[in-house]
Amino acid sequence: MLNPSPSRIAAAVERSLARLGRDPSLVLQHLIALQQTFSFVPPAGIDRLVAALGVTRAQILAAIDFYAFLHLAPRGDYDILFSDNITDRMLGNGRLMTQLCQLLGMSPGSTRADGLVSVGLTSCTGMCDQAPAMLVNGLALTRLDDARIRRIAALVDTRVPLPHWPQAFFAVSNNVHRPGLLLSDLEPRDAGLAALRQQGPDAVLAEIERAGLRGRGGAGFTTALKWRFCREAAHPEKVVVCNADEGEPGTFKDRVLLTSYADLVFEGMTLCAGIIGAREGFLYLRGEYRYLLEHLEAVLQRRREQGLLGQGMADTGTDFDIRIHLGAGAYICGEESALIESLEGKRGVTRKRPPFPVTEGYLERPTVVNNVETFLAAARIAEHGGYWFRSEGTDRSAGSKILSVSGDCERPGIYEYPFGTSIARVLGDCGAQRTQAVQVSGAAGATLGVDEFQRVLAFEDLPTAGSFMVFDDSRDLMEMVRNFADFFVHESCGFCTPCRVGGKLLRDLVEKVAARKASRHDLDEMRRIADVMRRASHCGLGHTAPNHVLNTLDKFPQIYASRLASADHTPAFDLDAALAEARALTGRDDVGAHIAADVGC
Amino acid sequence: MDTRVRPKLRVATTSLAGCFGCHMSLLDIDERLIDLVELVELDRTPLTDIKTIGDCDLGLIEGGVGNAENVEVLRTFRHHCKVLVAVGACAVNGGIPAMRNSFALSDCLEEAYIDGVGLYNQGIPNDPELPLLLSQVHPIHEVVKVDYFLPGCPPSADAIWTFLTELLAGKPIGFPYTQIHYD
Amino acid sequence: MAEHSTFRLDGRPIPFAPGQTIMDAALAAGAYIPHLCHHPEFAPHGSCRVCVVCADGREVSACTAPAAKDMEVESQSESIRALRVSILQMLFVEGNHVCPACEKSGACQLQAVAYDCGMLEPHFTHFFPRRAVDASHPDVILDYNRCILCELCVRASRDQDGKRVFAISGRGIGSRLIVDSPTGRLGDSRFAITDKAAHVCPVGAILPRRGGYRVPIGERLYDRAPISRVGDVAANEEA
Repeated sequence: MLNPSPSRIAAAVERSLARLGRDPSLVLQHLIALQQTFSFVPPAGIDRLVAALGVTRAQILAAIDFYAFLHLAPRGDYDILFSDNITDRMLGNGRLMTQLCQLLGMSPGSTRADGLVSVGLTSCTGMCDQAPAMLVNGLALTRLDDARIRRIAALVDTRVPLPHWPQAFFAVSNNVHRPGLLLSDLEPRDAGLAALRQQGPDAVLAEIERAGLRGRGGAGFTTALKWRFCREAAHPEKVVVCNADEGEPGTFKDRVLLTSYADLVFEGMTLCAGIIGAREGFLYLRGEYRYLLEHLEAVLQRRREQGLLGQGMADTGTDFDIRIHLGAGAYICGEESALIESLEGKRGVTRKRPPFPVTEGYLERPTVVNNVETFLAAARIAEHGGYWFRSEGTDRSAGSKILSVSGDCERPGIYEYPFGTSIARVLGDCGAQRTQAVQVSGAAGATLGVDEFQRVLAFEDLPTAGSFMVFDDSRDLMEMVRNFADFFVHESCGFCTPCRVGGKLLRDLVEKVAARKASRHDLDEMRRIADVMRRASHCGLGHTAPNHVLNTLDKFPQIYASRLASADHTPAFDLDAALAEARALTGRDDVGAHIAADVGC
Repeated sequence: MDTRVRPKLRVATTSLAGCFGCHMSLLDIDERLIDLVELVELDRTPLTDIKTIGDCDLGLIEGGVGNAENVEVLRTFRHHCKVLVAVGACAVNGGIPAMRNSFALSDCLEEAYIDGVGLYNQGIPNDPELPLLLSQVHPIHEVVKVDYFLPGCPPSADAIWTFLTELLAGKPIGFPYTQIHYD
Repeated sequence: MAEHSTFRLDGRPIPFAPGQTIMDAALAAGAYIPHLCHHPEFAPHGSCRVCVVCADGREVSACTAPAAKDMEVESQSESIRALRVSILQMLFVEGNHVCPACEKSGACQLQAVAYDCGMLEPHFTHFFPRRAVDASHPDVILDYNRCILCELCVRASRDQDGKRVFAISGRGIGSRLIVDSPTGRLGDSRFAITDKAAHVCPVGAILPRRGGYRVPIGERLYDRAPISRVGDVAANEEA
């Protein structure tokens, strides 16, 4: 969509301003709206937002440059992004992308000359149980295969509008294979809110405390304590935020919870609001799940009409409402303080701590940020009581954990287990065979070999946000390492030196190993860089980004050793390739125009 | 100083993509050169004009790696020297020659041989005798293993003296504050 | 007045007031912890990580970590020194820091901290990024090659000058400083040489014109004594 007219742009900005408001914190939401309308953020739109919101042009440009789904130059009318998690790669996303590009007469990572279509890659879109997957203009397509790719190419070339594409392409299955404590009871009853009304916030908070509920995002902070800190913070305006920026590669359970259990999630948020005394709530929804937006808005609207949100909600004497903010392609926004920055319309850069969000969060107000699953669990605990929840799990990890299982297994999908369940049990249930490794808790998590399959999922052994990726013995784990190393370079926010620079140095060395050009010295260098990232990074992303390298160096050394050059030291770059430009400029190709490998003297 | 007679250490030096300023600074140790020649004998170096290198204890490399010949010379030094030292900013981080890395090689060559003022008989030279340029200038540790680094543009004569005497004495090398600088 | 509590920095007792960071208390007590993005006039930032210390067994940035009673803080141990050198080396290979060709050399905080930490070489593989020089402003050169993303100019322009001339754009290794003006050039912005932001750059990225090489080599800020004794560039500029 080249050169939209100034009047169209002006109208689009006015529409967005009227719909969302003029607070500077809304700038990101306006930019997302313009991107969706025009396939880019037109300069005239930037001018208008600068004037309307009182933000600087630089702040807007900085945000567009930060978020992967915002663009200064037009994308194609069909903007196609293939999900590029390792599980997508294992199912052939690269081949399918090449095929699509051949059919469309273009190269990957570009926009076709006629502006009709762009094709590229994006980080995990949360469809690993029905991969390979893609996003078309932000909407998820699943179960890609040769036939679908051919059909998609034809739909694009004949300019069939997206709403007229086969609905089956957009079907997203829940794939719940093992419901447990939480998932076996679908019925929203708002019984937790009833408990809040009848017993009061102190009693409900006490139940959540009794339950021993810990945050389900992976870090495992005690939920009741977080809520209590926030409640006791001095500032009177509290905020509840649900972190639905489920970006950890290989996790997709929040997608299912928001699809089929949204009422319970919103109930949990409302409970939290009642307990801490918040009037303002946000659901921060990752851009990849935009297809859920309409559904979620409808649920919120129904709950308002039921008196469960909005003025005097749930007869608790407080007003509480929830707004949905969209993300725009930034894994780091799953970190709570980066998420808050993003809610405020800024680049998603993690904040320093202290202060913690519970005392100074969104707009410096005390803010509870919890995972989707945590709010859902809180709602059920309010209904059934703390002992009900404690009846499962271990002493230090009460209750259940919902896993997103993907990779080499017969039945990828959602599995809910009591904490304390072994890796082997999960592998057996999902039909995994000849498994050589499991990646627990995503790219930032732990790589486990066969001798660790008796270890258990629990905060005290293997803490997890739920991602569970299975690799059978046909897989080359170096491909996993390459995928994750790339992922962290792409997703580092860039704030601190170790993660920003170290991540790229580490990725470059991984590629050097993969290209069979590295020496043992380079493996020592990888450990050195990883050590700096782990010890000195500003936030958890940098601390955990080198885990996959360190884990595989320790547990799967053969994937490195089998690729090492025999020399003690090898050049940092390809010497002969570095002469290619000069060869082309001089037309030379004689012996002296090449550098052979160093074979000693 | 230990007065027992020891075999002299064999030392080679070269300048790759550099300006010979580091060699000048070496000569700037002045009368200490007399002490130095008691301790070392020179192998291949621009100071002796010896063109081929034999087995050496110590190789001092000035300059970065900017062309195919630099790579060849550097590799030869690495093979023949027990200890290899990056001497000066260019060897340590590419230095001034690496400022061309901000431009495409074609822009550099076209400016020098085609578009520059006052040129005649324009054309990028393609004689096989000439070493081809690498697309970028690199510090030497990006090509071979380097044992010691002596920064400075050039390292001062005092810094070079500290380095050589402590190395030759087999001591860990510790520079006084004023001897470490990158410019 | 309540008695000050103390913590120990490399064994030395350092008094601190409630709310003070390890850095604030150390500097107030005349103890130096190397740093680049920290400036006492601005809120702690914690991005460069050069001030990393080990506090009760955990690595933290001294500029953001609150001091705590009886805390044991290591700053000069070999382990922390080596970690700090690695971080500095990362900064050196990320940009284009050609000290022999830089007017700021000798009075550059990046260089001075690296001297102080005993860094002899950049160690890692250089990125040699292609970055521009913006010479559009009559009083200042903006050389992006030297920017280390400390955000001091961003903070100074926003918090003291009230202009918001600078911002950090992009993400990850693509992060970069940008200027708020219709063209993106400094000369077309509201930036002025009298701004605080013109005088806080620890490196030679924001360089006032007409001052180059005024101080002879040998007499520059860090030529004779280390930054641990001389203090920050910005503090000396104002003095």
